[in-house]
Amino acid sequence: MADLSPIDSEDVVIDIRNLVFARGGRRLFDGVDVSVRRGEVVAIMGPSGTGKTTLLRLIGGQLRAAGGQVDVAGEPVGSLSRRALYRLRRRMGVLFQSGALFTDLTCYENVAFPLREHTELPEAIIRHVVLMKLEAVGLRGARDLYPAELSGGMARRVSLARALALDPEIILYDEPFAGQDPISMGALMQLIRQLNDALGLTSVVVSHDVDEALSIADRAYVISGGRVIAAGTPAELRASDSDWVRQFLNALPDGPVPFHYPAAAMADDLRAGPKP
Amino acid sequence: MTAWLQTLGASTLASLATLGRSVQFLVRVAGGLDELARRPSLLVQQMHAVGVLTLVIIMVSGVFVGMVLALQGYYTLVDFGAEQSLGVLVALSLTRELGPVVTALLFAGRAGSSLTAEIGLMKATEQLAGMEMMAVDPERRVIAPRLLAALLSLPLLAAIFTLLGILGAYLVGTAMLGIDGGSFWSQMQAQVSFADDILNGMIKSVLFGLVAGWIAVFNGYDCMPTSHGVSRATTRTVVMTSLVVLGLDFVLTALMFD
Repeated sequence: MADLSPIDSEDVVIDIRNLVFARGGRRLFDGVDVSVRRGEVVAIMGPSGTGKTTLLRLIGGQLRAAGGQVDVAGEPVGSLSRRALYRLRRRMGVLFQSGALFTDLTCYENVAFPLREHTELPEAIIRHVVLMKLEAVGLRGARDLYPAELSGGMARRVSLARALALDPEIILYDEPFAGQDPISMGALMQLIRQLNDALGLTSVVVSHDVDEALSIADRAYVISGGRVIAAGTPAELRASDSDWVRQFLNALPDGPVPFHYPAAAMADDLRAGPKP
Repeated sequence: MTAWLQTLGASTLASLATLGRSVQFLVRVAGGLDELARRPSLLVQQMHAVGVLTLVIIMVSGVFVGMVLALQGYYTLVDFGAEQSLGVLVALSLTRELGPVVTALLFAGRAGSSLTAEIGLMKATEQLAGMEMMAVDPERRVIAPRLLAALLSLPLLAAIFTLLGILGAYLVGTAMLGIDGGSFWSQMQAQVSFADDILNGMIKSVLFGLVAGWIAVFNGYDCMPTSHGVSRATTRTVVMTSLVVLGLDFVLTALMFD
C-alpha cells in the first residue's frame, strides 16, 4: 500500500480500522483500513458489488460492522446509542445515488425539511437559507418544481443542497456520477470540489467512474475482494504497477478480473442439455 | 418428509420472527408518540389522509348496509308480527358488530393498503434511509403519526357508519315498508344500552384501529424494497387485517356479550 505520510490523529475525521462486514454469508469487507483527514476529498473506488455503498452505510451508522472499528469525528459509530448516533448524523450530509428526495414535496420544501426538523428558525430565515443553498447548486430557479419534474442531474444537485442545509462537516457521496450526461457530470464534479474547499468540508466520494473521481480527489482507495488493494494520490495510483489496478483504471475488459463469471466449460454446458 | 418438516419449521420460525419484529416495532413507535404532542400538524395531515379521504366509501357503504339490513330484518320480523322492533334489530347489529367490523374491513382496503404502499415506496426510493441520515427518525416522523391517525380515525368512521346505517334503515323502514317512525326510535331508545352496546362497539373499533394501523405501517416498513415487495406487502396488509379483525371480533364478542 502506498505511503500515507504521517497522519496527525487530530486531523483524521473518518478512521476505519480492520473493518469486517459480512452479508448473506459473503465477506464484503475483510480487514479494510481507510482514513480521511479534515478538508480532504477522498475517493473510494472499486468494481460494482464490492460494497462501496455499504461502506457509506457503515460510516453513517445504518449498518453495524461485525468486526473492526469505524470512528467518525472521534466517535465510535458502531457502539453509539441511538440518541448519540442521531446527534452525530446532524454533522454529516449524504448524497444518495437516487437523490432520495421526498417526492411529494417541492425542491424548496425538500431543502427546508432538515431545517424545519432540527431548528426552530422563523420562516424568513429558513427561506434565506434554502435560497442560498439552492443558489449554491445553481437551482434557485427550480425551487417550485417537484422532484418528478427534474432531470437526474438536477435531482442530485437539489439533494446536495438538502444535504448541505444544516452545514455539515462531512459529506458522503454515493455514486454521484453514475448515469449522468457529460454536462451535469462536469457540474457535479466542480460542485463537489468547490463546496469542499469553500465550506471547509470533508468529502468521501464513492464511485466507479475512475477518471471523474480521480480528477477531483486528493487521495483515493481502490477496494476489491473485501480489501483495500491500492491507496494513494491519483498520481500514485496511475503510476501503480499492479496488474489489477491497471486493469481497473484503464477499463480493460479482461485481466486479473476475468470477463467471464466462473462457470463450467462451455462445451460441457452445451452438451449437458436442459435440466430434467 | 424431512424436507417437508424443514419447510414447516423454517416458515414457522420466519413467521415468529416477523411477529417479534412487529411487536418491537410497535413498542418503538409508541415511544415516539410524544413528538406528536409537540407537532400536532403531523397528526392532522395524516388524519386527513387516513380518515377524511376514507369518509366517502364509509358513508355510502353505511347507508346501503342499513337499508339492506332493514329489508332483510323486516321480512323476518314480519312473520312474528314484530316488525315494529326493526329499529332495535338494526341498531344492535350496527353498534355491536357491523359498524366496527365492516368499517375496519373497508378501512383496510382503502386506507391500510395506501399506508403500506406509501411507506413501502418511501423505503424503496431510499426516502426513509435519507431521513435517517438527516438525523430524522422515520419511526417518529413518518410512522407514529400514521399509526395514531389510524387508531383515532377508525372509531370515528365506525360511528359515522353506524349512524348512517340507522338513518338508511329508518328511511327504508318508514318510506318503503310502512313502519311507524315513532316506534322505530322509541323501541331503539328503550332497548339499546350505552354501556353494553355502544361502548363495547367503540372498544372494538379502537382495537380494530390499532390492529389495522399496526399491520399497515409494519408491512410497509418491513417490506422488500422492490416493486414486487411493495405489491406483496400491500396485498398482505388487506388480507391480514381482514382475517385478524374477523378473528379478534369473534373473541371480543364472546368476552363482551352474554
